[in-house]
Amino acid sequence: MSEMQLLTWARGTGLDLAISIFVLGVLLRLFEIYSLGRKKDLSEPRTVSGASGMNTVFRRSLPPPGMLKNSPITYIGGYIFHIGLAIIVFLFAPHIKLFQDLVGISWPGLPSQLVDFATVLTIVAMLIVLADRIMKPVKRYLSTFQDWFTWALTFLPVLTGWMAVHHLLLPYTTMLALHILTVELLLVCLPFTKLFHAFTVFGSRWFSGAVNGHKGVAV
Amino acid sequence: MSASLEKGVRVLKEVIDAPIASYFSSCVHCGLCAEACLFYTETRDPKYTPIHKLEPMRRLYEQEYTAIGRLKKLIGLSKAVTDAELAEWQELVYNSCTLCGRCSVVCPVGNDIVYMVRKFREGMSASGNAPDGLKGASNRTITIGSPMGIKLPAVKAQMRHVEEDFGLPIPLDMEGAEYMVMLSSMEIMNFPEYLGAIAKIMNQAGKTWTLCSTAFEATNAGMQIGNSDLARVIVSRIVDGAEKLKVKTVISPECGHAYTALRWEGANLVGRPFGFKVKHIIEVLAEFKEQGLLRTEGFETDRLTFHDPCQLARRGGVIQQQRTLMNMVASNFVEMPDAGFMNWCCGGGGGASAIEEGEELRLEAFMKKKTQLDAVKPDRLVTACANCRIVMEEGLEHYRMKLPIVGLTEMIAEHIPDPVPTETDGK
Repeated sequence: MSEMQLLTWARGTGLDLAISIFVLGVLLRLFEIYSLGRKKDLSEPRTVSGASGMNTVFRRSLPPPGMLKNSPITYIGGYIFHIGLAIIVFLFAPHIKLFQDLVGISWPGLPSQLVDFATVLTIVAMLIVLADRIMKPVKRYLSTFQDWFTWALTFLPVLTGWMAVHHLLLPYTTMLALHILTVELLLVCLPFTKLFHAFTVFGSRWFSGAVNGHKGVAV
Repeated sequence: MSASLEKGVRVLKEVIDAPIASYFSSCVHCGLCAEACLFYTETRDPKYTPIHKLEPMRRLYEQEYTAIGRLKKLIGLSKAVTDAELAEWQELVYNSCTLCGRCSVVCPVGNDIVYMVRKFREGMSASGNAPDGLKGASNRTITIGSPMGIKLPAVKAQMRHVEEDFGLPIPLDMEGAEYMVMLSSMEIMNFPEYLGAIAKIMNQAGKTWTLCSTAFEATNAGMQIGNSDLARVIVSRIVDGAEKLKVKTVISPECGHAYTALRWEGANLVGRPFGFKVKHIIEVLAEFKEQGLLRTEGFETDRLTFHDPCQLARRGGVIQQQRTLMNMVASNFVEMPDAGFMNWCCGGGGGASAIEEGEELRLEAFMKKKTQLDAVKPDRLVTACANCRIVMEEGLEHYRMKLPIVGLTEMIAEHIPDPVPTETDGK
């Protein structure tokens, strides 16, 4: 298979397959989680403003008092690479073009130099959180194969994308094919790994906020 | 698989609900919950990371409730939960967790970790893996009526003493009283001044109140051990008593978990909403103050600080009231770092104080409280939980700190002017 054929497969059949598995996987996982339901709370609620599921969905994006100072790498590193990933995925012009081809809607992107800057920051932040995972006893203790694997799954598309744009190491066609293939691998694995927090984070925060909000505690 | 393990697994499968599934699916192993847990911060041992305390339950969830997990189980790729593993986890689920809920409020993905520990204890208890100290406490509560083995005659004896000391009646089984006052064993045995304080406060407020001979004990070891069947039996006594006496409100004593058991778990345990209200004594005092029914005179002038019981504040939503009350009677009230919503546990909540083999760890974790106290150097420590009080007294003694602890209700009552005789008494 030539480089061009590989790229064609990645852009065609590969992408279709990956997206299908991703969509079905997400639906299956959401169903198997949320169909478990929960019992109605029969205790008398105490209503306090700011204490609800929706409040916690937003509020939990900010560190609770004292925590930022306690774990700066986790918080700052986490913010940078999450925001960075969002910028790269949703605000890079070629990606927007892809979304337009796939679902028919588009939106304005950011200048490519800015996206490039965000990418470099994201790469650095991801390397730092990886080092933190290796060095910090708690993180190392908690880490399983999945933690290292999902880090790589997330990192590779960013790295290959950036290298493709800058024509580094491999011919553009090959690097682009690799980039698309790593994204496809990410899509296929996302529903079945901890990366699925991208979806369940909203449900989890909501449950937490609602359960505690019932008691009048704004968590 | 042993019969007890089978039972434990069955119970765990029953308690896993959508929130738990969502929480396990959201964890990214960031480790922030460790920084919120005093058993980790004071020992630096990563095994005390809160989410790790749930590992057997997480695997069971994955194996039973996810397609991938079922597939892995089918082809023999997953590790089954064993008796030995659950036995090993006893220390993590009980001794080193006080259900304080700090982990739950720092988790960035919103996992209510303590909600899961509470549920995990159901499976641990069903599989026979609860600590002996808690088994004993639950058994005594079921058979005798209280975790410390106190029976009604002991309560009556204390009632008589308090009546003599305070010169106020302590009503028992008074039908139609507005408030039914609950006690904790600890108060009956060690802090009878609580009962006297209630008598003074109710007398000044002009409210009717009563103790109940069939339900004086508010603590619920069944909830702490994680056995909802026992917890239901214990809480039903209070529900029956309150309904028999037709009271409007049941007052939870200065005890954190008793409040949680009655206020938040109670109705769910008995399976129907209560026909009466449940309030912590601190809530009642704050209401009396607001209605002008609580009037104090004079101030404590020494340096005082307040320890928030976790179940009252972070887990119960009563945070401002105790501060309002402190300011009523204390002119030099200082707050510890992290006080209020983020306060650190005494180290003995959630039943941990009943676990003998957990004492060494508990004392090590108490360093957190010591650090908080050292930051403000109070003359006295005030709190609103008899269990926190005992645990902290032990900790203070261990670290040779001379710091008296007082209950807030009792301190408020000391500032209530002595009752003016309503009758002329012929004098």
